[in-house]
Amino acid sequence: MSYIVMIITAIFVNNIVLAQFLGICPFLGVSKKVDTAGWMGMAVLFVMLIATLVTYPIYYGVLVPFELGYMQTIIYILVIAALVQMVEIILKKTMPSLYSALGVFLPLITTNCTILGVAINVISKEYNLGEAMVYSLATALGFTLAMVLFAGIREQTAITKTPKAMEGTPIALITAGLLAMAFMGFSGVDKGLAQAFGL
Amino acid sequence: MSKLGIIINGLIKENPTFVLLLGMCPTLGTTSSAINGMSMGLATMAVLICSNFVISCIKNLIPDKVHIPCYIVVIAGFVTVVQLLIKAYAPDVDAKLGLFIPLIVVNCVVLGRAESFAAKNGPVDSICDGVGIGLGFTVALTLIGLCRELLGAGTAFDLRLFPEQFGALTFVLAPGAFITLGFLVAIFNKVTKK
Amino acid sequence: MAKLENSLVNMVASLTAITVVVGGLLGFVNSVTMEPIAQAAADKQQAAILAVVPGENVTVSEPWETTAPNGTPAVVYEVSSNGQLLGKAVKAISKNGFGGNIVVMIGFDPEGNILGYNVLDCSNETPGLGAKMPDWFQEGGKGNVIKMNPGKNKVTVKQDGGEVDAITAATISSRAFTDAIAQAWAVISGNSDAATSATQQQ
Repeated sequence: MSYIVMIITAIFVNNIVLAQFLGICPFLGVSKKVDTAGWMGMAVLFVMLIATLVTYPIYYGVLVPFELGYMQTIIYILVIAALVQMVEIILKKTMPSLYSALGVFLPLITTNCTILGVAINVISKEYNLGEAMVYSLATALGFTLAMVLFAGIREQTAITKTPKAMEGTPIALITAGLLAMAFMGFSGVDKGLAQAFGL
Repeated sequence: MSKLGIIINGLIKENPTFVLLLGMCPTLGTTSSAINGMSMGLATMAVLICSNFVISCIKNLIPDKVHIPCYIVVIAGFVTVVQLLIKAYAPDVDAKLGLFIPLIVVNCVVLGRAESFAAKNGPVDSICDGVGIGLGFTVALTLIGLCRELLGAGTAFDLRLFPEQFGALTFVLAPGAFITLGFLVAIFNKVTKK
Repeated sequence: MAKLENSLVNMVASLTAITVVVGGLLGFVNSVTMEPIAQAAADKQQAAILAVVPGENVTVSEPWETTAPNGTPAVVYEVSSNGQLLGKAVKAISKNGFGGNIVVMIGFDPEGNILGYNVLDCSNETPGLGAKMPDWFQEGGKGNVIKMNPGKNKVTVKQDGGEVDAITAATISSRAFTDAIAQAWAVISGNSDAATSATQQQ
């Protein structure tokens, strides 16, 4: 049950983009069309799960025993960069169709702060491996949801008239603000659910 | 280009926040008050200056194919140094900025400048570029923080200007971050692109 | 100086060299800052204790770690001055915050009256609302809890029939705050009923 609360919290209440401000670059950059936004979300989901699965044991298996906690950032970013490269190569060889859909987004993901952010977060929140995986899955789903919703709205604003200075990014940012406001309506839902399940 | 020219270029013409729209995560995430925004800007500037300098010094020692991983290691190193120093000597700042300090590593501004400036210019020019871009980033973050703090809580740099009840709390919360930045970018566009 | 070629040896060597140099630098900075970081944490702890149990010439006992009725860890420090017990500072956690846990240090005098409190972590509360917590419940604040005694007063929010004015528009955070007091009180009084009733009323 606590997993359900955790998933709802990560997707809606504490949405990684709209409440925690991570992954804003792809959120603004690759959100002009709904389907590209969706594929980007899937690519993030894919890499995030693998990255958490790999970095988690590294932290507790290598960094903690050798007291190298301060090397966390450096090791993580290297591991993530290497992972992205590997995923790219493997996908290209084994699943060309998936690669052609996700391929263009993969290099962008290295500098996507959601991946590094989640990898650091699961450590600082002291999750166990199961919780860490559920958390990264839900966070990535939240990212995808925000991307797709936002792209849907942007497709509409693209064909409406906006004041000259507001065109492009400014109006997109204000749209994102309204979307964030809508998501604030979910605040408290997690507490209610936790209570309903008697946690 | 003169040294001063490089600095001013980073501050206005290539302002990382308002023109290049890079490094949006800390720009939105840490600007709930002017002081928070400024601390984040200064932390990023410190990393930027150091990484620009080192990368421009070692650029010829790095084979092309691995230049990105090498740059990232250098940047991550300086980020961790800054993070440790902040933890040790300014624990309050660490508590406020939290996760966003290690995330300077993936701030596209830092890697972007390493790629587009430090890899092609000499060490001194690279330091100037770091100062200029860093200042541009700091000024932008402070300004956004100031607007949000003023509209949301009625204070500027913790100094009360009007009663708290008149503030619109939304501006301190997540939606206000997006909306404030949206309007500031629009104003910047209006003023600079006549 | 010409650029190094893209040979495998060069690539591996340069990346390794940079990582080793950076790693060494970090090890050095880490060894330099380790003590100040620990010191900063200890100072913060000490300042928080002294802020909730004020006095002169005080000595703080070794921490006594225990578990509060809500299952979270609680830490008790005895504060005395010239051998006389001034009070106890209790670090307690409430799980009922708006967005997660809140951590509060609460000081009680030997009779159980609240001497002071210090919010150590309310970062999960709504900024601007729940974040009023550090001032709201102080003496002179609207929801003053100082000098109340959880053994005699009902230290819960008025909405729940208690005596504490909740923060406007942040009842959940206020309940979490009184819950933290209840947890702390339960720990030092050894009476867990108060904490359970405060938790049930949310």
